[in-house]
Amino acid sequence: MGEVIVITSGKGGVGKTTTTANIGTGLAAMGYKVVLVDTDIGLRNLDVVLGLENRIVYDLVDVTSGNCRLRQALIKDKKLDGLHLLPAAQTKDKTAINPEQMRQLCADLKKEFDYIIIDCPAGIEQGFRNAIAGAEKAVVVTTPEVSAVRDADRIIGLLEAADLREPKLIINRIRPKMVRQGDMMSIDDIIDILAVDLLGVIPEDEMIVIMTNRGESVVLDQNSRSGQAYRNIVRRLTGEEVPVMNFDENEGFFKKLKKMIGIK
Amino acid sequence: MLEFLSRLFGRDSGSKNVAKERLRLVLVHDRSSVSPQLLETLKAEMIQVISNYMDVDEQGLEVNLDSSGNSVALVASIPVRGMKRKP
Repeated sequence: MGEVIVITSGKGGVGKTTTTANIGTGLAAMGYKVVLVDTDIGLRNLDVVLGLENRIVYDLVDVTSGNCRLRQALIKDKKLDGLHLLPAAQTKDKTAINPEQMRQLCADLKKEFDYIIIDCPAGIEQGFRNAIAGAEKAVVVTTPEVSAVRDADRIIGLLEAADLREPKLIINRIRPKMVRQGDMMSIDDIIDILAVDLLGVIPEDEMIVIMTNRGESVVLDQNSRSGQAYRNIVRRLTGEEVPVMNFDENEGFFKKLKKMIGIK
Repeated sequence: MLEFLSRLFGRDSGSKNVAKERLRLVLVHDRSSVSPQLLETLKAEMIQVISNYMDVDEQGLEVNLDSSGNSVALVASIPVRGMKRKP
């Protein structure tokens, strides 16, 4: 039986979809059978982040309303055998499905996949309630900003009220240099305030933009720090103990030299 | 420019502390979120209890949650018109 994990944040634009894509790709690269479900009906994005936008025939609403069989709507990834996408509908809205249908869908997917990763829309309305309905675990993504952490706090409250206890936190787009200068909240600051367990920290990295432009996931890039950070998160999700990366050591002499002469 | 100079002389402790303080305050408020309806019920029941002992001005009664410092307080302002006669 698979495990259903919802990726949520409250605030938009903090990296939910990128995180969903990377976690899913990372798990599939480890050999697991994974399906990513985009529940952001009307604002479908996970397909382009994964580079699968040209392959969509049926979508989530087609499945829940019985227009097609579940198997017909699942899109296989180009590279990774174990990775699948169930895309959101683009022309309908959040009321096109309900929590009960999502629960049923997750139960069906659990029979076939090791991990079901659900990309939740921003906000706390019906889209959110649909996304969390079938989930057993929740991951909350935030960035080191007042607005994002505030929304994360609200989401954590709502998740716990919906019996999704002990959500795990991902802090995205941290800038180690700004943290050192005292101009950005640190990992400890945010953990202190939200009082949840940390799943991982992703440094701000141009490589994420570059990979997303191509429709690829940075988790497969062996050279970037954000890729490493996502691989660590994936391993933690599978139950491994992995220490949080130390971002301070990375600006060593050789790294700078390499950057100067353009190796990386 | 001013910011740069103060940074240069090491006076400014960084904007993170401002962010943390603002966040802390806003969360105190968010977490203690009380619906207006609950506040109204609370008011009505308070009036009921207090009017057993004194004569209060129901129109002038104000009940609010106040978050200052690091705690939340229930602040009630209840104008008293007069005391009731002891039984």
